[in-house]
Order: sequence, then structure tokens, then C-alpha cells
Amino acid sequence: MIDVIVIGAGITGTAIARELSKYQIDVMVVEKSYDIANGATKANSGIVHAGYDAKEGTLKAKLNVMGNEMYEDLCKELDVDFIRNGSLVIAFSDEEMKHVEKLYERGIRNGVKELEIIDGEQLRKIEPNISENAVGALHAKTGGIVSPYELAIALAEIAFQNGVKFQFQTEVRNIKRREDYFIVETSRGNIEAKYVVNAAGLFADEINRMLGGKEFRIIPRKGEYCLLDKTQGKHVKNTIFQVPTSKGKGILVSPTVHGNLLLGPNAVEIYEKDDTSTTFEGLDEVIKGAQRSVRNINLRDVITSFTGVRATPDTGDFIINSPSKGAVNAAGIESPGLTSAPAVALMVLDLLREQGLILNKKENFNPKRVKPRRFIDMNQEEKEQALKENKLYGRVICRCEHITEGDIINAIYRPLGARTVDGVKKRLRAGMGRCQGGFCMPRVVEILARELKVEPEEILKAGEGSKILTGRTK
Amino acid sequence: MEREIVIIGGGPAGLAAAVEARKNGIEDILILERDKSLGGILQQCIHNGFGLHIFGEQLTGPEYADRFIKEVEKLNIEYKLDTMVLHISSDKTIQAINPEDGIINIKAKAIILAMGCRERTRGALNIPGTRPAGVLTAGAAQRFVNIEGHMVGKKVVILGSGDIGLIMARRMTLEGAKVEMVVELMPYSTGLKRNIVQCLDDFNIPLLFSHTVVRIHGKERLEGVTIAKVGDDRKPIPGTERFVECDTLLLSVGLIPENELSREAGVKINDITSGPVVDESMQTSIDGIFACGNVVHVHDLVDFVTEESRLAGRGAAKYIKKELKKSDERIYAKGNGGVRYVVPCIINSENVDNEVNFFMRVDNVYRNVYLCAKQGDTVITKVKKQMVSPGEMEHLKIKREVLKQIKKGEITFHLEEV
Ligand SMILES: Cc1cc2nc3c(=O)[nH]c(=O)nc-3n(C[C@H](O)[C@H](O)[C@H](O)COP(=O)(O)OP(=O)(O)OC[C@H]3O[C@@H](n4cnc5c(N)ncnc54)[C@H](O)[C@@H]3O)c2cc1C
Ligand SMILES: Cc1cc2nc3c(=O)[nH]c(=O)nc-3n(C[C@H](O)[C@H](O)[C@H](O)COP(=O)(O)OP(=O)(O)OC[C@H]3O[C@@H](n4cnc5c(N)ncnc54)[C@H](O)[C@@H]3O)c2cc1C
Repeated sequence: MIDVIVIGAGITGTAIARELSKYQIDVMVVEKSYDIANGATKANSGIVHAGYDAKEGTLKAKLNVMGNEMYEDLCKELDVDFIRNGSLVIAFSDEEMKHVEKLYERGIRNGVKELEIIDGEQLRKIEPNISENAVGALHAKTGGIVSPYELAIALAEIAFQNGVKFQFQTEVRNIKRREDYFIVETSRGNIEAKYVVNAAGLFADEINRMLGGKEFRIIPRKGEYCLLDKTQGKHVKNTIFQVPTSKGKGILVSPTVHGNLLLGPNAVEIYEKDDTSTTFEGLDEVIKGAQRSVRNINLRDVITSFTGVRATPDTGDFIINSPSKGAVNAAGIESPGLTSAPAVALMVLDLLREQGLILNKKENFNPKRVKPRRFIDMNQEEKEQALKENKLYGRVICRCEHITEGDIINAIYRPLGARTVDGVKKRLRAGMGRCQGGFCMPRVVEILARELKVEPEEILKAGEGSKILTGRTK
Repeated sequence: MEREIVIIGGGPAGLAAAVEARKNGIEDILILERDKSLGGILQQCIHNGFGLHIFGEQLTGPEYADRFIKEVEKLNIEYKLDTMVLHISSDKTIQAINPEDGIINIKAKAIILAMGCRERTRGALNIPGTRPAGVLTAGAAQRFVNIEGHMVGKKVVILGSGDIGLIMARRMTLEGAKVEMVVELMPYSTGLKRNIVQCLDDFNIPLLFSHTVVRIHGKERLEGVTIAKVGDDRKPIPGTERFVECDTLLLSVGLIPENELSREAGVKINDITSGPVVDESMQTSIDGIFACGNVVHVHDLVDFVTEESRLAGRGAAKYIKKELKKSDERIYAKGNGGVRYVVPCIINSENVDNEVNFFMRVDNVYRNVYLCAKQGDTVITKVKKQMVSPGEMEHLKIKREVLKQIKKGEITFHLEEV
């Protein structure tokens, strides 16, 4: 019998797992896919929002502002890149300027610091490539950017190194309640746990039902993106938003922490929760929307496009509560869920305590993570040292991002290491550059097969059934 | 480390340049190649058809490469394999890395860029749909199949009628896969005529012109693609969509010269070719940095790569020996009226040995035309062509005497009706 089972290894589940790993309890995270961050956490804007969007008084507003303030220390501790690049909400008319003022006031009420309203001239001074039609903007200096999957992997690694177990390819199918514990039925057998945390993203409504909670629905809404090459990453410095309309927050243009340029998302309601397809119309909408805000975006430098699915709750706010005795929901975590995750985790812990979980601190909790330092990021001295330890650091596999064989082996053998081509990609960015794995993918397959001691035919791209090779040649 | 000539890339371009530089008296030459063997992309092209122009016989890719590798060995030209060049600067310092030596810093007197090209991918085309396994470039598939002995799928659609795609259509068929069709956006093929005949027609593989893939289906592994007809504007025509079941989509949608290093060094790049601007000696905008092969412009015949690379090798040798003349009297070569680009585009006639072979590509399919070179309205030379197409590189030679007479000014290349 374990103490707490956390369902879902997205940013919410991993943040909760790390928080729980500070205490003397047995914790297990179960995740139906092959890796950490394969849901919404894999595909989103990666913006650490300032907190002027959500209506005052909502959980979204409160946890956003709280989460944002926690990012600096958290990312330092986890050795994850985080940049406070600032956010701008630009207005194209006096009408829209009025809305900007409203956002400003809301931000102040939500407790957002360092907010200011600027005019067109000031705007162009900070962002020379902004559209000529912009007349002014809200400038939120506390807005930031982060790599969401890197952060989730880092949180999971900390949890793991402090004793939390992770079980992948394990889908929760049913939950039975006993007197003072649960039997969680999964695709890999039953797990008994005293407490259950529901962090199942798009499927949190189903888990809530299994837990006997008050009904709510998660409506999937997808957002499509285009990602541009690093040559375009300096085109803007801040994250550029448009004034939200009844149709949603609009298309943003933002640098990423890795120095690419990101355009998107649109917002389309969909019927299937796992519909991560992009559409011709959607990408067109994204590009047109981005061009409305920012001039001279070089579309020849688009290197990929992708889709993320929002888990929009029909209640309008995050659902963080106890659906039944011994259980806690962290559901309906749509945007700003990434920003809020560290604060959501604290709130979930409080609820677990209320449910009777006794939390005594571990003495030997180790909060520090040393990020898998990629060869390319090392200084001269570190490079020479690394080469001495493993000469495979001298073999470049991904030529766009300069990822070496040593880096890939490292990513495979780390705690909760990479087992798939996409897993390597997430941890190292191998195959994320301008050639999108055209050159290195065959070599990554070869290395994975060798290190995991399986046939190359067994290597997967991402999930069950995503085999890359179909057999031997004649 | 200091070296006279450092060649980046050990494909056919780098090898030919090395051999030629040695034959022109340079002892100190180093080739840096990131792969585990010399030969470049040719090592995975196990089909026939290389070397008709240079050797007068049909060789496979590896056989063709081998002739040059043998020569490099015989001439004792030094090379390092498994060695990736990471940086080049305008003062010709090079940083490279390999597992044996670690980080290598070299100061070169002359550099020859011969890095070849890479394939365009799905992202660059922005094809909508899901992101399953089973969508890969034709070149990556070729590597899996020909070098590593793995099959990449059973039911295949190929997007783009570039040569690699055509060759892979045949290869996959011979390996027992069913190639459903090759889909080409343009109303003509971007590959060589002979490849269409030998790789598609002989195997009854349909080639659909003016079609494209508009959607990719399948969650984990590819389950099919939606194709559609495109109009003259190359946009899909609504109502013409049709689903084709397949587990593999190979992309053969163009090659991009690999010029990140060249850009970093500050070499001037031509927007149309995406390769360095070069002169008659294959010298780039930076003195002492030369370039040849697919890094300059995408070739369809390796023979022309060899020819061009010999020029670069000779040019670099002359540069080291201070025999390369520099003058303000230059001829600029430009494409015009149907000709998209011309390589080389700067001529110092003093440096020309016998003639200059101008390579060019046209912007569309034309029948019964003259390909002509003009100075103002005066025709310098012209040849009659039954057909020209963007898929086949054209060339036109101009003699040294003629160039010397012109000396400075502009030569333009045109297509004219017969
Ligand atoms: C288009 C888009 C843009 C966004 N932009 C931002 C932004 O800029 N800033 C921001 O702060 N937020 C943003 N968000 C929101 C943010 O991405 C999400 O709030 C956050 O990633 C949610 O994390 P999660 O862990 O709750 O869910 P997920 O990441 O979806 O994780 C849930 C996990 O649960 C697993 N699971 C589900 N059911 C089961 C089961 N039965 N058994 C086992 N495992 C199960 C899933 O496989 C998944 O891995 C955006 C979201 C989208 C879609
Ligand atoms: C798949 C394919 C099929 C073809 N089929 C035919 C055919 O049937 N008949 C025909 O005549 N021609 C064919 N061609 C054309 C011909 O083979 C090419 O034009 C020729 O190989 C180009 O030579 P290259 O040396 O310029 O480039 P490549 O052969 O690509 O060689 C470039 C070399 O540089 C190395 N390199 C690149 N960057 C670095 C770096 N940073 N550090 C170290 N090394 C580096 C690469 O590893 C590579 O070995 C084909 C081309 C391709 C791509």
C-alpha cells in the first residue's frame, strides 16, 4: 500500500510529485503515455503569464500571480532556463486601448507588479518590429518564458531522486473505494493507495467521476502553432499579445527560451481529446494573426508546426478541490496552468492535509538538480573535462543543434531517461533544429537501440505503436 | 595547428578539390569529414548512373566515390573522419571536434567549403495533420535502407518527384514495399528524366503532377494521407481531396545547401541558390575561402560536381601560390528571361584557363528554345534546346578569348524562342 498516487505526469502532476517528495511518505506517479509531459505540457506557448488576464477572485488569478512569483527560485533550484522577457498586450485602436486599461486595472487588483501602459512611440522603441498600426500597449515586465517540458522533466527528476516512483504506460481505468484506501485499477494491474490526486489533464473529468466527485466536463480546445528557426528568435524580445476579444486571447508572437520564434495559438473546439492535428486553415489563421502584430516575419524560416489541446473546464475556473474523502482534484488546468503549477501543487498539499494526510518533512530531501549539461552549453574547460570522461562527446549527432553522442547517452541513462526518439528530442533538442531530425534521426534510433539493448525495429518515435522501422531489408 | 588548405566535407566535391589542389603543387592539405567514411551522400546512392560524363561509364555512387578515395589515398592526402566542423571565422580559423582528438583548432591559409546540402522537411512545407511515425525524408529512408539494412514501411506515398524520391520509389519496391504513387506539386518533375523512366515507369508507379499532400493522418504510426489537385496558383482545389492509405510518407521536396558555417564566416550568400556567391575560381566573397559542389548550388549530376570542385582545388592552390589575380575588371553573369541563376557569377578573365562553364537552372519547362548568353543585345553564344526544365541543370561554355575581350561588364543568360 502506498500513501499517495498521482495520476498524470504533466506539469501539474510533476509539480505535485516534487512537493510531495519533501515528506516522509510513499508516492507513485502513474502516467498512461511513454514519457513525462506528453499531454498539454508538451505543446503550449510556454509563457509564464504575469497575471492580468484572469478575473479577480478566481483561482486562476490567485494561483497565476503566486506561481509567477515562484518561478525564479524554482527554476534556479531545478537548473532550468527561465527568462523574464516581459509581455506586451498591443492595441490597434483607441477602443482597444480602453481594454488595455481594463487589463491594467485588473492586473493591479490581482496583485501583479511592474505593470505599465505605454504609447505607440515607447512601444516601437522596445519592439522595433511591431506593426505600424499599434497605438499602445500594456507592458508587464514580470511576464516570462520557459520550456514547459524541460520544467516538467526537471520536476519529475527531483521527485524521483527523492524517492517518488514513476510508472509509465499505466492508464488508470477505474478506481474502487475501500474503507480507508483506494484500489486504482490500471492497464498494468491494481495499485492500492490511501490518497489519490487527479492531475489527468484532459481526462480529469473521467477520473473525477471514478472518484465519485460532483460532475464537471472538460471541453477540449486546440491551439495550433508555427515554430521558426533560431535565425528569427531575436525578431521580438517581449511576448506580443493582442487585446483579447470574445473569440479568445488571440495569436501571440514570442521568442522561446531556446531562441526560436513561436507564433500561435488559435482556438478551436474539437470533439476528440487526442486530436493534436494541425489544419491548413488553422496555420493560415496563426500566420495572419501573427503578421497583424509583428512586421517582417520571415515565413521561409518555419521549421515545424504543432498543436496543443487545452483542457477547458465547463466551470470557467481551475477545479482544485476534494471530490470525495481521501481524493484531491487538480482539474480543468488550462492556461495559465503552466504558470500556476508550483502554486497549484502547494494548494493540493493543503487539501491532502485537510483530508488527513500527515506530512512530516524528510531530513535528507535534496532539492538541487544538475541539468544534463549538453556539450554545446559547456565552457572550454568543461568541454575538455567531458571529453576526457567520455570521448563520445566528440561525436556530433544532431548537426543543427550540435548534440553529441555523449549527450544522448547521458539523456538515456539519467533518472527517468529517454526511451524514445521524441524522448531524446525533449531532453536535448536533438532533431529540433532546422533539419527536424532528417539527418540525425537514423543515428538516434541506432544509439537508442544499442544502449537500451533492443533491436532498432523496437524503437518508438513517441508512444505505443509509433514504430519507425518495419523490418529488415531483403 | 596551422594548415595550408583545409577542406570541409569529404564528399565528391571535397575529394575532387583535394586531389586537384595536390596536383597543383600543394602538399599540406587536410580534409575534415563528419561521417565515418569519405564519399558523402554517394555512399548511400547504391544505384547506377554516376560518372557518365567524367569516366564515360556507369558507376554506382560508392564506386564513383571510391575512385576519388583511392586517389586521395594514393596521393597521401591527410583526412580526419568522424570530425565535425563547428565554427569557421572570416580569418579562416576553424574549430572542429572528434572523439579521438577532442576539440581541434586550425588556422588555415585557404578553406574549401564542400559541406553538401540537406533535405527540406515536413516542417518547411507546413503540411497539416498529425505527427505520427512514418513521415521521413527520402534521404533518411535511403540511409536506413541502403546503409543500415532496415525497412521503413510497407505502403508508401512519395511527395515530390526529386531524384532521391524517384530512386527511393524503385528501391522500396525492390525491397517488397508497395509504392502507391509519387505526388508532385508542379506540373512537371523536378527530377531527371531518366530517373522517371527507370524508377517509376518500369515499375508502373503512377506520378501525379499538380497534386500535393494536404493532410497527414494517424496518431502513432501514419495511417494515410489526403492528397488534392492544385491549381495554377499551386493551392489545393477544394473538392479534389482524396484519401490514400499508407504507412509511410517519404518527402523528396528539395535540398538546401548547408551554409550555416559559411554564413557564420561572413561569406556572401546568393538568395536564389542559397549558396555562396562564387567567381570563376570558385572563390567566395572572402579571399581564400572557396566553395564547390552542393554547398554552392544543388546539382543533379555528380560529374558536374567533380568538374566544379577541380576548379576550386586549382583556385585554392593558385591562391596559396599567390597566382590568383585580382582585378577591378570583372564580368558579372546574371540570369534573365527564364534563367533563375547562374554559377559562377563573377569572372576575372585573367584567371580563366580555357573557358568558363556556366551552370544554370531555368524557371519552368520550355520547348524549342535557344539558351543564349548576351552582352547587351549582342549574342555571345547560343545553343538550341528541344526542352529545358527546372529539374535538369543547363550549362553553357564561353571561351577565355571571348571573356578577355569583354573584360568587364555584364553577361546575361536568356531563353529565347527559336
Ligand atoms: C494551446 C495551449 C497554450 C497554452 N499556453 C500556456 C501558457 O502560455 N502559459 C501557461 O501558463 N499555460 C499555458 N497553457 C496551459 C498549460 O499548458 C496547461 O495548463 C498545463 O500544461 C496542464 O498540465 P497538466 O499536467 O494539468 O496536464 P497535461 O500536461 O495534459 O498532463 C496530464 C497527463 O495525464 C495523463 N493521463 C490522462 N488520463 C490518464 C489516465 N487515465 N491514466 C494515467 N494517466 C493519464 C496524460 O497522459 C497526461 O500526460 C496552454 C495550454 C494550451 C493547450
Ligand atoms: C540522395 C541523392 C541521390 C543522388 N543521385 C544521383 C545520381 O543518381 N546520379 C548523379 O550523378 N548524381 C546524383 N546525386 C547528386 C550527387 O551525388 C551530389 O550532387 C554529390 O554527392 C554532391 O557532392 P558534395 O560533395 O557537394 O556533397 P555531399 O556528397 O553531400 O558531401 C558533403 C560532405 O560534407 C560533409 N560535411 C557537411 N558538413 C560538415 C561539417 N560541418 N564538418 C565536416 N563534414 C561536413 C558531409 O558529411 C558529407 O560527407 C544525388 C544526390 C543525392 C543527395
